[in-house]
Amino acid sequence: MTSKYKNWKDIAPAGVCSKSSTTFLTGDWKTYTPIRDLEKCTRCLTCVMFCPDGAIRWLPDKKDIEFDMSFCKGCGICANECPTKAIKMKL
Amino acid sequence: MTSKINQKMMALAGDQAVAYAAKQSDVDVVAAYPITPQTIIVEQFSEYVANGEVETEFVCTESEHSAMAASLAASVTGARVFTATASAGLALMHEMLFVTSGCRAPVVMAIANRALSAPLNIHGDHSDSMAQRDSGWIQMYAENSQEAYDLIIQAFKIAENTDVLLPVMVGLDGFTLSHTLENVETLPDDAVKQYVGIRKISTVLTHEGKQSPFKLDPKNPMTMGPIALQNYYFEFKRQQEEAMKNALNVIQDVNNNYGTSTGRTYGNGLVDAYYLEDAKVAVICLGSTAGTMKTVVDKLRKQGIKAGLLRIRTFRPFPMEAVRSALKNVKAIAAMDKSMSFGGNGGPVYHEIRHALYDSASKPFIVNYIYGLGGRDTSPAKLSTIYEDLQKILEKQTIEDPIKYLGLRE
Repeated sequence: MTSKYKNWKDIAPAGVCSKSSTTFLTGDWKTYTPIRDLEKCTRCLTCVMFCPDGAIRWLPDKKDIEFDMSFCKGCGICANECPTKAIKMKL
Repeated sequence: MTSKINQKMMALAGDQAVAYAAKQSDVDVVAAYPITPQTIIVEQFSEYVANGEVETEFVCTESEHSAMAASLAASVTGARVFTATASAGLALMHEMLFVTSGCRAPVVMAIANRALSAPLNIHGDHSDSMAQRDSGWIQMYAENSQEAYDLIIQAFKIAENTDVLLPVMVGLDGFTLSHTLENVETLPDDAVKQYVGIRKISTVLTHEGKQSPFKLDPKNPMTMGPIALQNYYFEFKRQQEEAMKNALNVIQDVNNNYGTSTGRTYGNGLVDAYYLEDAKVAVICLGSTAGTMKTVVDKLRKQGIKAGLLRIRTFRPFPMEAVRSALKNVKAIAAMDKSMSFGGNGGPVYHEIRHALYDSASKPFIVNYIYGLGGRDTSPAKLSTIYEDLQKILEKQTIEDPIKYLGLRE
Protein backbone atom coordinates (compact mmCIF):
# COMPACT_ATOMS: atom_id res chain seq x y z
CA MET A 1 0.00 0.00 0.00
CA THR A 2 1.41 3.40 -0.92
CA SER A 3 0.65 6.43 1.17
CA LYS A 4 1.42 10.12 1.09
CA TYR A 5 2.49 9.71 4.73
CA LYS A 6 5.84 8.39 5.95
CA ASN A 7 6.07 5.02 7.74
CA TRP A 8 7.03 4.63 11.41
CA LYS A 9 10.70 4.00 10.66
CA ASP A 10 11.11 7.23 8.71
CA ILE A 11 9.69 9.76 11.15
CA ALA A 12 11.41 11.55 14.04
CA PRO A 13 10.59 10.17 17.51
CA ALA A 14 8.34 11.76 20.13
CA GLY A 15 6.13 13.52 17.60
CA VAL A 16 8.85 16.03 16.75
CA CYS A 17 7.21 18.32 14.19
CA SER A 18 8.21 17.74 10.60
CA LYS A 19 6.90 21.15 9.57
CA SER A 20 6.92 24.60 11.13
CA SER A 21 3.68 25.44 12.92
CA THR A 22 3.21 28.46 10.61
CA THR A 23 2.66 26.04 7.71
CA PHE A 24 -0.23 24.26 9.48
CA LEU A 25 -3.18 26.51 8.65
CA THR A 26 -5.91 26.15 11.22
CA GLY A 27 -8.35 28.86 10.08
CA ASP A 28 -10.69 26.31 8.53
CA TRP A 29 -11.62 25.03 12.01
CA LYS A 30 -13.90 28.00 12.57
CA THR A 31 -17.68 28.08 12.54
CA TYR A 32 -18.09 31.79 13.32
CA THR A 33 -16.18 34.62 11.61
CA PRO A 34 -15.42 38.00 13.21
CA ILE A 35 -16.78 40.97 11.26
CA ARG A 36 -15.53 44.42 12.28
CA ASP A 37 -17.52 47.64 12.07
CA LEU A 38 -14.87 50.15 10.95
CA GLU A 39 -16.99 53.07 12.20
CA LYS A 40 -17.31 51.73 15.75
CA CYS A 41 -13.70 50.44 16.00
CA THR A 42 -11.46 52.87 17.92
CA ARG A 43 -8.24 50.83 17.27
CA CYS A 44 -7.82 50.44 21.03
CA LEU A 45 -6.06 47.04 20.40
CA THR A 46 -7.95 45.25 23.16
CA CYS A 47 -8.74 42.47 20.66
CA VAL A 48 -5.05 42.19 19.70
CA MET A 49 -4.18 41.58 23.36
CA PHE A 50 -6.96 39.07 23.94
CA CYS A 51 -6.78 36.93 20.78
CA PRO A 52 -5.49 33.56 22.09
CA ASP A 53 -4.06 32.67 18.66
CA GLY A 54 -2.31 35.92 17.85
CA ALA A 55 -4.51 36.10 14.78
CA ILE A 56 -5.15 39.84 15.02
CA ARG A 57 -2.23 42.01 13.98
CA TRP A 58 -1.51 45.74 14.46
CA LEU A 59 -0.22 47.31 11.27
CA PRO A 60 1.72 50.43 12.32
CA ASP A 61 1.97 51.84 8.75
CA LYS A 62 -1.78 51.72 8.22
CA LYS A 63 -2.53 52.54 11.87
CA ASP A 64 -5.08 49.77 11.73
CA ILE A 65 -5.58 46.14 12.70
CA GLU A 66 -5.89 43.06 10.48
CA PHE A 67 -7.49 39.64 11.12
CA ASP A 68 -5.44 36.65 9.89
CA MET A 69 -8.19 34.27 8.79
CA SER A 70 -5.64 31.47 8.21
CA PHE A 71 -5.34 31.11 11.99
CA CYS A 72 -8.52 32.68 13.45
CA LYS A 73 -10.58 29.84 14.93
CA GLY A 74 -13.69 31.93 15.45
CA CYS A 75 -13.70 31.69 19.25
CA GLY A 76 -15.35 35.11 19.62
CA ILE A 77 -13.19 36.37 22.49
CA CYS A 78 -12.39 39.53 20.47
CA ALA A 79 -16.10 40.27 20.04
CA ASN A 80 -16.74 39.66 23.71
CA GLU A 81 -13.91 41.93 24.87
CA CYS A 82 -14.40 44.79 22.38
CA PRO A 83 -15.37 47.86 24.49
CA THR A 84 -17.32 49.51 21.64
CA LYS A 85 -18.98 46.28 20.42
CA ALA A 86 -17.39 46.82 17.00
CA ILE A 87 -16.87 43.08 16.37
CA LYS A 88 -19.74 40.70 15.64
CA MET A 89 -19.43 36.96 15.09
CA LYS A 90 -21.20 35.75 11.93
CA LEU A 91 -22.07 32.18 11.01
CA MET B 1 33.57 -13.19 38.88
CA THR B 2 35.88 -10.86 40.72
CA SER B 3 35.70 -7.12 40.96
CA LYS B 4 38.29 -4.88 39.32
CA ILE B 5 37.26 -1.89 41.40
CA ASN B 6 37.82 -1.40 45.11
CA GLN B 7 34.40 -1.21 46.69
CA LYS B 8 33.27 0.03 50.06
CA MET B 9 30.81 -1.93 52.20
CA MET B 10 28.14 0.33 53.65
CA ALA B 11 25.13 -0.40 55.86
CA LEU B 12 22.22 1.00 53.85
CA ALA B 13 18.47 0.55 53.80
CA GLY B 14 17.03 0.14 50.30
CA ASP B 15 15.89 3.76 50.08
CA GLN B 16 19.30 5.00 51.19
CA ALA B 17 21.04 2.74 48.69
CA VAL B 18 18.87 4.20 45.93
CA ALA B 19 19.55 7.80 47.00
CA TYR B 20 23.28 7.05 47.23
CA ALA B 21 23.32 5.54 43.73
CA ALA B 22 21.44 8.57 42.35
CA LYS B 23 23.92 10.86 44.09
CA GLN B 24 26.82 9.08 42.40
CA SER B 25 25.13 9.03 38.97
CA ASP B 26 25.77 12.71 38.25
CA VAL B 27 22.08 13.63 38.13
CA ASP B 28 21.24 17.14 36.86
CA VAL B 29 17.67 17.45 38.13
CA VAL B 30 15.59 15.76 40.81
CA ALA B 31 11.93 16.81 40.96
CA ALA B 32 10.04 14.90 43.62
CA TYR B 33 7.34 14.74 46.23
CA PRO B 34 7.63 12.56 49.35
CA ILE B 35 5.43 9.54 50.04
CA THR B 36 5.86 6.52 52.32
CA PRO B 37 7.80 4.24 51.88
CA GLN B 38 9.82 6.23 49.34
CA THR B 39 10.29 9.35 51.49
CA ILE B 40 13.80 8.46 52.65
CA ILE B 41 15.02 8.56 49.04
CA VAL B 42 14.10 12.19 48.40
CA GLU B 43 14.82 13.17 52.01
CA GLN B 44 18.33 11.73 51.76
CA PHE B 45 18.84 13.31 48.35
CA SER B 46 17.74 16.74 49.57
CA GLU B 47 20.39 16.41 52.27
CA TYR B 48 23.05 15.83 49.62
CA VAL B 49 21.82 18.99 47.89
CA ALA B 50 21.75 21.02 51.12
CA ASN B 51 25.25 19.84 52.03
CA GLY B 52 26.59 20.82 48.62
CA GLU B 53 27.60 17.21 47.92
CA VAL B 54 25.88 17.29 44.51
CA GLU B 55 25.29 19.97 41.89
CA THR B 56 21.78 18.73 41.24
CA GLU B 57 18.86 21.15 40.85
CA PHE B 58 16.30 19.91 43.40
CA VAL B 59 12.69 20.85 42.68
CA CYS B 60 10.18 20.43 45.51
CA THR B 61 6.91 20.07 43.66
CA GLU B 62 3.37 20.37 44.99
CA SER B 63 2.27 16.92 43.82
CA GLU B 64 3.49 13.81 42.03
CA HIS B 65 1.72 14.87 38.85
CA SER B 66 3.86 17.99 38.90
CA ALA B 67 6.96 16.01 39.89
CA MET B 68 6.64 13.91 36.75
CA ALA B 69 5.79 16.96 34.62
CA ALA B 70 8.93 18.72 35.88
CA SER B 71 11.03 15.58 35.41
CA LEU B 72 9.82 15.26 31.82
CA ALA B 73 10.46 18.92 31.08
CA ALA B 74 13.99 18.75 32.47
CA SER B 75 14.73 15.49 30.68
CA VAL B 76 13.77 16.75 27.21
CA THR B 77 16.35 19.53 27.53
CA GLY B 78 19.00 16.82 27.64
CA ALA B 79 19.38 16.72 31.43
CA ARG B 80 19.80 13.53 33.47
CA VAL B 81 16.74 13.29 35.71
CA PHE B 82 15.88 11.15 38.71
CA THR B 83 12.75 10.98 40.82
CA ALA B 84 11.02 8.53 43.16
CA THR B 85 7.52 7.76 44.33
CA ALA B 86 5.17 4.99 45.48
CA SER B 87 1.54 3.93 45.66
CA ALA B 88 -0.90 6.85 45.39
CA GLY B 89 1.95 9.06 44.21
CA LEU B 90 2.57 6.82 41.22
CA ALA B 91 -1.16 6.65 40.58
CA LEU B 92 -1.32 10.46 40.53
CA MET B 93 1.53 10.49 37.97
CA HIS B 94 -0.40 8.16 35.66
CA GLU B 95 -1.17 10.74 32.98
CA MET B 96 2.37 12.13 32.91
CA LEU B 97 3.93 8.66 32.72
CA PHE B 98 2.53 8.28 29.21
CA VAL B 99 3.66 11.78 28.21
CA THR B 100 7.17 11.01 29.48
CA SER B 101 7.51 7.73 27.60
CA GLY B 102 5.80 9.25 24.54
CA CYS B 103 8.31 12.13 24.52
CA ARG B 104 11.07 9.50 24.82
CA ALA B 105 12.42 11.16 27.97
CA PRO B 106 14.87 8.80 29.76
CA VAL B 107 13.82 9.67 33.32
CA VAL B 108 14.83 7.15 36.00
CA MET B 109 12.36 6.66 38.84
CA ALA B 110 12.57 4.49 41.94
CA ILE B 111 9.31 2.99 43.18
CA ALA B 112 9.23 1.81 46.79
CA ASN B 113 6.38 -0.57 45.98
CA ARG B 114 3.31 -0.09 48.17
CA ALA B 115 -0.35 -1.07 48.17
CA LEU B 116 -3.05 1.25 46.81
CA SER B 117 -6.04 2.55 48.80
CA ALA B 118 -8.78 1.75 49.77
CA PRO B 119 -8.53 0.62 52.49
CA LEU B 120 -5.46 2.68 53.28
CA ASN B 121 -2.30 0.61 53.58
CA ILE B 122 1.31 1.80 53.54
CA HIS B 123 2.95 -1.63 53.21
CA GLY B 124 4.57 -3.42 50.35
CA ASP B 125 2.93 -5.01 47.35
CA HIS B 126 3.13 -4.47 43.60
CA SER B 127 -0.32 -2.93 43.02
CA ASP B 128 1.16 0.48 42.26
CA SER B 129 3.66 -0.36 39.54
CA MET B 130 1.64 -3.22 38.03
CA ALA B 131 -1.18 -0.75 37.44
CA GLN B 132 1.30 1.25 35.31
CA ARG B 133 2.68 -1.64 33.32
CA ASP B 134 1.29 -0.37 30.02
CA SER B 135 2.53 3.20 30.46
CA GLY B 136 5.52 2.71 28.15
CA TRP B 137 8.08 2.62 30.96
CA ILE B 138 10.73 -0.05 31.34
CA GLN B 139 10.08 -1.84 34.66
CA MET B 140 12.75 -3.62 36.68
CA TYR B 141 12.46 -5.06 40.19
CA ALA B 142 15.27 -5.41 42.74
CA GLU B 143 15.69 -8.48 44.93
CA ASN B 144 17.67 -6.71 47.66
CA SER B 145 19.19 -3.34 48.53
CA GLN B 146 22.42 -4.23 46.77
CA GLU B 147 20.53 -4.76 43.55
CA ALA B 148 18.48 -1.59 44.10
CA TYR B 149 21.77 0.32 44.28
CA ASP B 150 23.15 -1.40 41.16
CA LEU B 151 19.87 -1.05 39.24
CA ILE B 152 19.66 2.71 39.66
CA ILE B 153 23.12 3.13 38.15
CA GLN B 154 22.31 0.65 35.38
CA ALA B 155 18.93 2.30 34.74
CA PHE B 156 20.58 5.49 33.49
CA LYS B 157 22.68 3.44 31.03
CA ILE B 158 19.59 1.62 29.79
CA ALA B 159 17.22 4.61 29.62
CA GLU B 160 19.68 6.97 27.93
CA ASN B 161 20.88 4.45 25.33
CA THR B 162 19.94 6.14 22.05
CA ASP B 163 18.42 2.89 20.73
CA VAL B 164 16.11 2.88 23.75
CA LEU B 165 15.32 6.40 25.04
CA LEU B 166 12.62 5.21 27.39
CA PRO B 167 12.03 6.04 31.05
CA VAL B 168 12.86 3.32 33.59
CA MET B 169 11.05 2.40 36.81
CA VAL B 170 13.10 0.55 39.40
CA GLY B 171 10.91 -1.25 41.93
CA LEU B 172 12.05 -2.10 45.43
CA ASP B 173 9.63 -3.72 47.84
CA GLY B 174 8.23 -1.22 50.33
CA PHE B 175 9.61 -1.70 53.87
CA THR B 176 10.93 -5.21 53.09
CA LEU B 177 13.71 -3.49 51.13
CA SER B 178 13.12 0.24 51.46
CA HIS B 179 13.46 0.32 55.26
CA THR B 180 15.65 -2.69 55.96
CA LEU B 181 19.33 -2.19 56.64
CA GLU B 182 21.63 -4.36 54.55
CA ASN B 183 25.28 -4.61 53.66
CA VAL B 184 25.69 -2.88 50.32
CA GLU B 185 28.91 -2.86 48.32
CA THR B 186 29.28 0.62 46.85
CA LEU B 187 31.51 1.85 44.06
CA PRO B 188 33.72 4.92 44.33
CA ASP B 189 32.06 8.16 43.11
CA ASP B 190 34.37 8.59 40.13
CA ALA B 191 33.85 4.99 38.99
CA VAL B 192 30.07 5.50 38.84
CA LYS B 193 30.44 8.90 37.19
CA GLN B 194 32.69 7.37 34.56
CA TYR B 195 30.37 4.39 34.07
CA VAL B 196 27.22 6.43 33.50
CA GLY B 197 29.16 9.08 31.56
CA ILE B 198 27.65 12.22 30.06
CA ARG B 199 24.21 11.69 28.55
CA LYS B 200 24.55 11.21 24.79
CA ILE B 201 22.05 13.09 22.65
CA SER B 202 20.94 11.63 19.32
CA THR B 203 19.87 13.76 16.37
CA VAL B 204 16.49 14.07 14.67
CA LEU B 205 15.20 15.58 11.45
CA THR B 206 13.46 18.85 12.33
CA HIS B 207 10.92 21.04 10.54
CA GLU B 208 13.82 22.95 8.99
CA GLY B 209 14.89 19.74 7.22
CA LYS B 210 18.18 19.43 9.12
CA GLN B 211 19.49 17.00 11.70
CA SER B 212 19.45 18.67 15.11
CA PRO B 213 20.25 17.38 18.60
CA PHE B 214 17.12 15.71 19.99
CA LYS B 215 16.55 18.11 22.88
CA LEU B 216 14.76 21.35 23.59
CA ASP B 217 17.19 24.18 23.01
CA PRO B 218 16.33 27.82 22.15
CA LYS B 219 19.18 27.81 19.61
CA ASN B 220 17.65 24.85 17.77
CA PRO B 221 13.91 25.16 18.32
CA MET B 222 11.76 22.07 17.91
CA THR B 223 8.37 20.90 19.11
CA MET B 224 8.00 17.54 20.85
CA GLY B 225 4.80 15.56 21.27
CA PRO B 226 2.33 18.31 20.35
CA ILE B 227 -0.39 16.55 18.35
CA ALA B 228 -0.59 13.57 16.03
CA LEU B 229 -3.99 12.48 14.86
CA GLN B 230 -5.32 9.59 12.78
CA ASN B 231 -2.56 10.03 10.22
CA TYR B 232 0.50 9.71 12.51
CA TYR B 233 -0.27 8.80 16.18
CA PHE B 234 -0.14 5.04 15.48
CA GLU B 235 3.34 5.31 13.93
CA PHE B 236 4.75 6.98 17.07
CA LYS B 237 3.35 4.20 19.28
CA ARG B 238 4.97 1.58 17.02
CA GLN B 239 8.32 3.37 17.53
CA GLN B 240 7.94 3.02 21.30
CA GLU B 241 7.37 -0.72 20.93
CA GLU B 242 10.55 -0.99 18.85
CA ALA B 243 12.45 0.86 21.60
CA MET B 244 11.14 -1.73 24.11
CA LYS B 245 12.45 -4.54 21.90
CA ASN B 246 15.84 -2.81 21.67
CA ALA B 247 15.88 -2.52 25.46
CA LEU B 248 15.95 -6.33 25.78
CA ASN B 249 19.46 -6.40 24.29
CA VAL B 250 20.65 -3.22 25.99
CA ILE B 251 19.62 -4.51 29.45
CA GLN B 252 21.63 -7.70 28.89
CA ASP B 253 24.68 -5.73 27.69
CA VAL B 254 24.48 -3.39 30.68
CA ASN B 255 24.16 -6.35 33.07
CA ASN B 256 27.29 -7.90 31.51
CA ASN B 257 29.53 -4.84 31.38
CA TYR B 258 28.49 -3.69 34.86
CA GLY B 259 29.33 -7.19 36.06
CA THR B 260 32.77 -7.08 34.45
CA SER B 261 33.79 -4.08 36.52
CA THR B 262 31.89 -4.76 39.75
CA GLY B 263 31.74 -8.54 39.93
CA ARG B 264 27.96 -8.45 40.22
CA THR B 265 25.60 -9.75 37.54
CA TYR B 266 21.94 -10.66 37.95
CA GLY B 267 21.09 -13.61 35.71
CA ASN B 268 21.15 -12.34 32.13
CA GLY B 269 19.74 -9.00 33.27
CA LEU B 270 16.22 -9.95 32.23
CA VAL B 271 15.61 -13.07 34.32
CA ASP B 272 17.55 -14.68 37.13
CA ALA B 273 17.34 -18.47 37.24
CA TYR B 274 18.03 -20.52 40.36
CA TYR B 275 18.44 -24.31 40.04
CA LEU B 276 16.35 -24.42 36.87
CA GLU B 277 18.58 -26.71 34.76
CA ASP B 278 17.06 -29.92 36.11
CA ALA B 279 14.04 -28.54 38.00
CA LYS B 280 10.72 -30.38 37.64
CA VAL B 281 8.77 -27.78 39.62
CA ALA B 282 9.45 -24.04 39.59
CA VAL B 283 8.19 -20.83 41.10
CA ILE B 284 8.27 -17.48 39.30
CA CYS B 285 8.31 -14.25 41.26
CA LEU B 286 9.52 -10.66 41.35
CA GLY B 287 11.55 -8.69 43.86
CA SER B 288 12.46 -9.57 47.42
CA THR B 289 10.30 -12.73 47.55
CA ALA B 290 13.00 -14.38 45.43
CA GLY B 291 15.47 -13.99 48.30
CA THR B 292 13.21 -15.91 50.69
CA MET B 293 12.36 -18.39 47.97
CA LYS B 294 16.04 -19.26 47.45
CA THR B 295 16.32 -20.52 51.04
CA VAL B 296 13.20 -22.61 50.43
CA VAL B 297 14.71 -24.07 47.24
CA ASP B 298 17.99 -24.83 49.07
CA LYS B 299 16.08 -26.74 51.73
CA LEU B 300 14.03 -28.68 49.20
CA ARG B 301 17.13 -29.53 47.17
CA LYS B 302 18.69 -31.05 50.30
CA GLN B 303 15.61 -33.27 50.53
CA GLY B 304 16.19 -34.35 46.94
CA ILE B 305 13.27 -32.39 45.49
CA LYS B 306 14.04 -30.90 42.09
CA ALA B 307 12.77 -27.41 42.82
CA GLY B 308 13.76 -24.28 40.91
CA LEU B 309 13.12 -20.55 40.87
CA LEU B 310 12.88 -17.93 38.16
CA ARG B 311 13.00 -14.30 39.17
CA ILE B 312 11.66 -11.86 36.62
CA ARG B 313 14.06 -8.92 36.92
CA THR B 314 12.78 -7.05 33.88
CA PHE B 315 8.98 -7.06 33.69
CA ARG B 316 8.73 -4.49 30.87
CA PRO B 317 9.83 -5.23 28.24
CA PHE B 318 8.69 -8.74 29.16
CA PRO B 319 11.49 -11.17 28.26
CA MET B 320 9.44 -13.80 26.38
CA GLU B 321 12.38 -15.71 24.90
CA ALA B 322 14.41 -15.72 28.12
CA VAL B 323 11.43 -17.00 30.11
CA ARG B 324 10.63 -19.68 27.55
CA SER B 325 14.19 -20.91 27.43
CA ALA B 326 14.65 -20.85 31.23
CA LEU B 327 11.49 -22.91 31.78
CA LYS B 328 11.85 -25.36 28.89
CA ASN B 329 12.41 -28.41 31.10
CA VAL B 330 10.00 -27.56 33.92
CA LYS B 331 6.81 -29.62 34.26
CA ALA B 332 4.80 -27.56 36.77
CA ILE B 333 5.04 -23.83 37.37
CA ALA B 334 3.62 -21.42 39.95
CA ALA B 335 3.53 -17.74 38.99
CA MET B 336 3.40 -15.47 42.03
CA ASP B 337 1.57 -12.15 41.95
CA LYS B 338 1.85 -9.48 44.62
CA SER B 339 -1.01 -7.57 43.01
CA MET B 340 -4.49 -8.23 41.71
CA SER B 341 -5.85 -7.84 38.21
CA PHE B 342 -9.47 -7.67 39.35
CA GLY B 343 -11.65 -9.79 37.14
CA GLY B 344 -8.64 -10.73 35.08
CA ASN B 345 -8.53 -14.42 36.08
CA GLY B 346 -5.14 -14.26 37.77
CA GLY B 347 -2.45 -11.65 38.28
CA PRO B 348 -0.20 -9.92 35.74
CA VAL B 349 2.79 -12.25 36.19
CA TYR B 350 0.55 -15.30 35.66
CA HIS B 351 -0.87 -13.74 32.50
CA GLU B 352 2.58 -13.09 31.07
CA ILE B 353 3.91 -16.54 31.92
CA ARG B 354 0.89 -18.29 30.39
CA HIS B 355 1.28 -16.06 27.33
CA ALA B 356 5.00 -16.85 27.05
CA LEU B 357 4.52 -20.60 27.37
CA TYR B 358 1.44 -21.04 25.19
CA ASP B 359 3.63 -21.82 22.18
CA SER B 360 6.17 -23.90 24.11
CA ALA B 361 6.55 -27.56 23.16
CA SER B 362 6.63 -28.69 26.80
CA LYS B 363 3.17 -27.36 27.78
CA PRO B 364 3.78 -27.33 31.54
CA PHE B 365 1.07 -26.99 34.20
CA ILE B 366 0.84 -23.33 35.27
CA VAL B 367 -0.90 -22.07 38.40
CA ASN B 368 -1.17 -18.67 40.05
CA TYR B 369 -0.59 -17.61 43.66
CA ILE B 370 -1.75 -14.18 44.76
CA TYR B 371 0.19 -13.32 47.91
CA GLY B 372 1.53 -10.61 50.22
CA LEU B 373 -1.12 -7.98 49.48
CA GLY B 374 -0.87 -4.96 51.76
CA GLY B 375 2.41 -6.32 53.13
CA ARG B 376 0.94 -9.65 54.39
CA ASP B 377 3.96 -11.60 55.62
CA THR B 378 5.03 -14.51 53.45
CA SER B 379 7.17 -16.92 55.43
CA PRO B 380 9.43 -19.67 54.06
CA ALA B 381 6.99 -22.23 55.50
CA LYS B 382 4.14 -20.72 53.52
CA LEU B 383 6.24 -20.55 50.36
CA SER B 384 7.18 -24.23 50.78
CA THR B 385 3.53 -25.21 50.39
CA ILE B 386 3.63 -23.93 46.80
CA TYR B 387 6.23 -26.54 45.88
CA GLU B 388 4.17 -29.20 47.68
CA ASP B 389 1.14 -28.18 45.62
CA LEU B 390 3.16 -28.30 42.41
CA GLN B 391 4.35 -31.82 43.20
CA LYS B 392 0.76 -32.90 43.82
CA ILE B 393 -0.23 -31.46 40.44
CA LEU B 394 2.51 -33.56 38.82
CA GLU B 395 1.38 -36.70 40.65
CA LYS B 396 -2.28 -36.23 39.70
CA GLN B 397 -1.47 -34.71 36.29
CA THR B 398 -4.26 -32.21 36.76
CA ILE B 399 -4.83 -28.71 38.18
CA GLU B 400 -7.69 -28.53 40.65
CA ASP B 401 -7.50 -24.82 41.44
CA PRO B 402 -5.50 -22.63 39.06
CA ILE B 403 -5.70 -19.42 41.14
CA LYS B 404 -4.87 -19.58 44.83
CA TYR B 405 -4.49 -16.98 47.56
CA LEU B 406 -1.43 -17.67 49.72
CA GLY B 407 -1.81 -16.65 53.35
CA LEU B 408 -5.45 -15.58 53.01
CA ARG B 409 -7.88 -16.63 55.78
CA GLU B 410 -10.41 -18.83 54.02
